[in-house]
Amino acid sequence: MSSAATSGLPAPAGSGPLRTILHCDLNNFYASVECLYRPELRDRPVAVCGQKEKRHGIVLAKNMPAKRCGIRTGEAVWQARAKCPDLVTVPPDFPRYLEFSRMVREIYAEYTDRIEPYGIDECWLDLSDRADLRRNAPAFADRLRERVREELGVTLSIGVSWNKVFAKLGSDMKKPDATTVIRPEDFRETVWPLPVDELLFVGRSTGARLRNIGVGTIGRLARLQPDFIRGFLGKWGEYLWMFANGFDASPVERAGAEVPVKGVGNSMTTPRDVVGEEDARMVFRILSESVAERLRRHGFRGRTVQVWLRDVRLASFERQRKLPRCTCLSGEILAAALALYRENWDPALPLRSVGVRVTDLVPADTPVQLDLFDVEVGREREERLERTLDSIRSRFGPDAVQRALLLSDRAFHAHPAEEHVIFPGSRCGAS
Amino acid sequence: MRKVYLTLRCEFDPEGVVRPVEFLWEDGRRFPVDRVLDVRRAVSLKTGGRGIRYTVRVLDREVCLYRDGDRWYLEAP
Repeated sequence: MSSAATSGLPAPAGSGPLRTILHCDLNNFYASVECLYRPELRDRPVAVCGQKEKRHGIVLAKNMPAKRCGIRTGEAVWQARAKCPDLVTVPPDFPRYLEFSRMVREIYAEYTDRIEPYGIDECWLDLSDRADLRRNAPAFADRLRERVREELGVTLSIGVSWNKVFAKLGSDMKKPDATTVIRPEDFRETVWPLPVDELLFVGRSTGARLRNIGVGTIGRLARLQPDFIRGFLGKWGEYLWMFANGFDASPVERAGAEVPVKGVGNSMTTPRDVVGEEDARMVFRILSESVAERLRRHGFRGRTVQVWLRDVRLASFERQRKLPRCTCLSGEILAAALALYRENWDPALPLRSVGVRVTDLVPADTPVQLDLFDVEVGREREERLERTLDSIRSRFGPDAVQRALLLSDRAFHAHPAEEHVIFPGSRCGAS
Repeated sequence: MRKVYLTLRCEFDPEGVVRPVEFLWEDGRRFPVDRVLDVRRAVSLKTGGRGIRYTVRVLDREVCLYRDGDRWYLEAP
């Protein structure tokens, strides 16, 4: 294999001071919190499931007995019940999960301010500055697990390593309530035999592409020529190669560090299938208004509109387009979203979930290049109108002013901007 | 086991630290808290839930009082 130095990649781990990074993963988080408050359910198979009436009827989390029955996160409730007729299903209580997540992070914060959340139930902790703790990091990880278990009643799996990727991999290796250590001297024996999809950021499609060329394990990926993987998967392939070799040097962000907002989006699983352009227009209208309102509320405009569509067979895809001007106007977002829909979707095919997102954000007060033909005057007027509607809705409620279009089918009545709390599986609540 | 929510009298010191002083049991008896032995966040495994656990001495017996937000409870058979 060509050396890292000659390929322009960072020096291998071990050549500089090694960091001590923990990845803490709350086991079966939602289900554990539910069972904590209902001890009578503890030994029964339990799944936290979305509301069937809203067509969110999938398994969001399950406890260990349910896992043993073969129930998987993301499958439909009826599929889960077919595997386990005694399954107890409970609705999610997101405010309570957020509260638990906050309390767990408060415990972490007693040891370090380098805490980087990864979703609601996972965090990286960097103990490199804590000489006292890093001296015996696995023992500290055990004490931390014990403390969280005793004080909050939920269990953690902790991975201890010198980089974030291996720490994350470690926390997935032994569950529940366990510590796994991956050291520079033994990662070739522990990490390399694992399936390549277990590496962070290797998704289903990348995993399939790698397996197609005979790269089935992390070790096979690590031993590829960096030039080859760069040619095969592009820049991203090079990152994966580095991760597989333990060269990940990405820092653990400090607690409370500002995460730059990259996009504002909303999605909804519709109460009935969306068939035809008229239906689609209604859903896109709801989502575009919500996204535009949130852009204005947070002081942004965006240049790229993305749509995300999922059909009734749960196959999904995403398309995006650039706008001529940065916008926070619902009409312009809607027009772009509808154009993407028309170009990429057969309206006869029913849709189940739809999302709209605006990215390439700039601050709302960024100077605008004026148009010779005075388009900007009309846009300013439109924005004043939309801001007036925002203020009416904030004073008198979201139903105070509505589009007549939305009265034609009350089933689609929704306020995604208000309901935007947290979506399971979304990695950073504020997308 | 069941959770019995209590009417409880407590004392706030100038630092804002709370100390339970006396509680009313469901049959109407009042029990003075003689001493607070330990205070920590803890899970109440028998009845479910979590809170700040006050291990206290009441009539020569150790009792665990749980504070869950603004409510206090005991685990009772």
